[in-house]
Amino acid sequence: MNDRKTVTFTLDGQKVTVDEGLTILEAAERFGIRIPRLCYHPDLSLAGSCRVCIVDVRDMGHYMAACSSKVWDGMDVRTNSPEIRQARRDIVELLLDNHPKDCQTCERDGNCELQNLAYSLGVRERLFEGERKDFPSEDSSRSVIREANKCILCGRCVRVCAEIQGVYNLSQHGRGFRTVVMPAHGAKMDESVCVQCGQCINVCPTAAFLEKDSTDVVWAALSDPTKHVVVQTAPSIRAAIGEGFGQPPGTPSTGKMVAALRHLGFKAVFDTDFAADLTIVEESNEFLGRLHGNGPLPIITSCSPGWISFLEKFYPELIPNASTCRSPMTMMSALLKTYYAEKIGKAPRDIYVVAVMPCVAKKYEARRPEHYLPDGIPLTDAVLTTRELIWMIRSWGIDYWTMPDIEFWNLPSEEFDEPLGIATGAGDIFGTTGGVMEATLRTAVEKLTGTPVGPLEFRDVRAVEGLREASFDLAGTTINVAVANGLHNAKQILDKIVRGEKQFHIVEVMACPGGCIGGGGQPYPPRGVNVLDPELLRRRAAALYRIDESKELRRSHENPAVKKLYEEWLGQPGGEKAHRLLHTHYAARLPRGIK
Amino acid sequence: MTTSSNTDNWAQVEANSRAALPDDVVKFIEECRRRPHPESHLISVLHKVQGHLGYLGEQQLDAVAQLLQVPAAKVAGVATFYHFFRLQPRGKFLISVCMGTACYVKGADKVADKLREELGIEFGQTTTDGLFSLEAARCLGTCGLAPVVMINDEVHAKVTPDQIPALLEKQIRKARE
Repeated sequence: MNDRKTVTFTLDGQKVTVDEGLTILEAAERFGIRIPRLCYHPDLSLAGSCRVCIVDVRDMGHYMAACSSKVWDGMDVRTNSPEIRQARRDIVELLLDNHPKDCQTCERDGNCELQNLAYSLGVRERLFEGERKDFPSEDSSRSVIREANKCILCGRCVRVCAEIQGVYNLSQHGRGFRTVVMPAHGAKMDESVCVQCGQCINVCPTAAFLEKDSTDVVWAALSDPTKHVVVQTAPSIRAAIGEGFGQPPGTPSTGKMVAALRHLGFKAVFDTDFAADLTIVEESNEFLGRLHGNGPLPIITSCSPGWISFLEKFYPELIPNASTCRSPMTMMSALLKTYYAEKIGKAPRDIYVVAVMPCVAKKYEARRPEHYLPDGIPLTDAVLTTRELIWMIRSWGIDYWTMPDIEFWNLPSEEFDEPLGIATGAGDIFGTTGGVMEATLRTAVEKLTGTPVGPLEFRDVRAVEGLREASFDLAGTTINVAVANGLHNAKQILDKIVRGEKQFHIVEVMACPGGCIGGGGQPYPPRGVNVLDPELLRRRAAALYRIDESKELRRSHENPAVKKLYEEWLGQPGGEKAHRLLHTHYAARLPRGIK
Repeated sequence: MTTSSNTDNWAQVEANSRAALPDDVVKFIEECRRRPHPESHLISVLHKVQGHLGYLGEQQLDAVAQLLQVPAAKVAGVATFYHFFRLQPRGKFLISVCMGTACYVKGADKVADKLREELGIEFGQTTTDGLFSLEAARCLGTCGLAPVVMINDEVHAKVTPDQIPALLEKQIRKARE
């Protein structure tokens, strides 16, 4: 029984058969023909607005947009002819006619889709000089800069914000030449419902959205002799940074990354994974307290600052459910400015903490007033995205990345500094969707059953598809869990909680598709690979699972450095000192988002 | 129960939104909310707001967004797309420049440029003192008098750019009376 319908048509002179329902663009891809495209994105709804993907369909009388026309039986499609090539080139020239001519000084130089497209279509001179847009740069946000003059109105940012993130902060305002993409009434990004996730940056084909740059302040700190500059790197950096140096997605690069950071001049290189382990110990403790007492369930994870911002603007009624744990980044920074400062005998103000994150919302998190010491010293001084670190390493001239091991200053593979660089496999998988849940379950099982037996891997919570629910029997207690990545997916779970439809015990939310591995600060993928591509995200996640599998210790509470920290300094999980340093609070914020 | 309501700001947001809109509009939105696809009534709601207030202010647009549960960015996108919707209160004097074909070839564009320059506003905007609003009209049916400018109900025929300062001065004097 196979009632799948097929369509047979002519593609560039050859008869081909494909499944019914494909667009011309999708069908052509099956046969190795990549029709040029710009506004199209396979993971977003169709816009059909740029017309770059036009093809010639016989007897139609006009060119058709391949992205939004489905194939039919007997059609005769030509994807290339001198006329189509000329028409596509004209279309891109017209898109360029009001675009700034500043490619060499543009942040996206070299990885701009518009630039690549113009090159591949053969635009070699600009025949049209149109009126230029003259919108101001909106850079008031801690995280996301809006550069409307670079915008070509493809609408990808509007779609990702509404469809994938469910935030709907952006729309096209006005009409015609004056059309501009911005938050309602042109509000500043920080004063809108923006959650700072940065997915608009990732899908933008040009540089209309960018992260707020922190490289200047980090260079300055590194050359300041009065500062002891240290760095921590999030779990997902090691799974993606290699892409910036020509490695295929999914190449783990922990050792080379650590070596490069030391080479840049950081006095110590710590692993945010250590703080991830610490988070699990604190959060499991908090969960068990709520399970046995009468605290609000489900407990919802709190590592993702984009998610926390979404919670405060869209679901303030669920604030009591969020774990009070600070994110691993801020926990680590808190320890660096207190525990570590004491150890090395330095004042917190002389220690400069840089965090390398896959995330632009972390830049915003670092500036939240709760994350400062009482005397006004920030816990985290600067946050770099993966992209910014890649640029710094390249800019410095460190070139050993792509070489096999070479003997030069003991490079290229090094270990994190101790003790805040020791992490279990559970800390590593924090960087991918389901990772925090799996790490929590690994520890909670043992705490509930009282023995270290029980399953180690919880593959049912690895929610690569975006949304997953599962139930586990832990020592006679049924635990219902849910994992969501991408805030539109998260809404499905959160609405169930608000409506009281299902009693969940633990819910993990990561703001970005795929979790931190798909964060708004991750490398722009190589040409031909889409951000949001599930295969790209799977490969980055696989790198983290490989690291986890290779570790001897894979349960957070077994981390010897974490144990020692509690014994010699922190006291008990959830105790007074732990609470003061490792926990935080949230509050409803305006403007309120529309769910 | 799993949630507590004291962190929820909805009651306050809802009360503020209701206060920003005329009662009739709030009632109309409530009716729309009971129908399928309430968001499809957005344009009707905006018409009603403008009918009551003469324009759509940010506060009103945000209130519509909350009560109709349509994202504010979408509401603002719709309101700014259609020429019919005014985003600022109308000035005491509404200046309509006819940009129809006959007026245009007779130099309406230069008249419009002069008005923009003198008033410091664009079409669809109102001066900060609330005196003048500037609009483009599509043929007022008096092509023999081209180019035509209307100021409230007064028709001004065969207007040239150099007449504009005096014309505006006259209105300002009227406003002072």
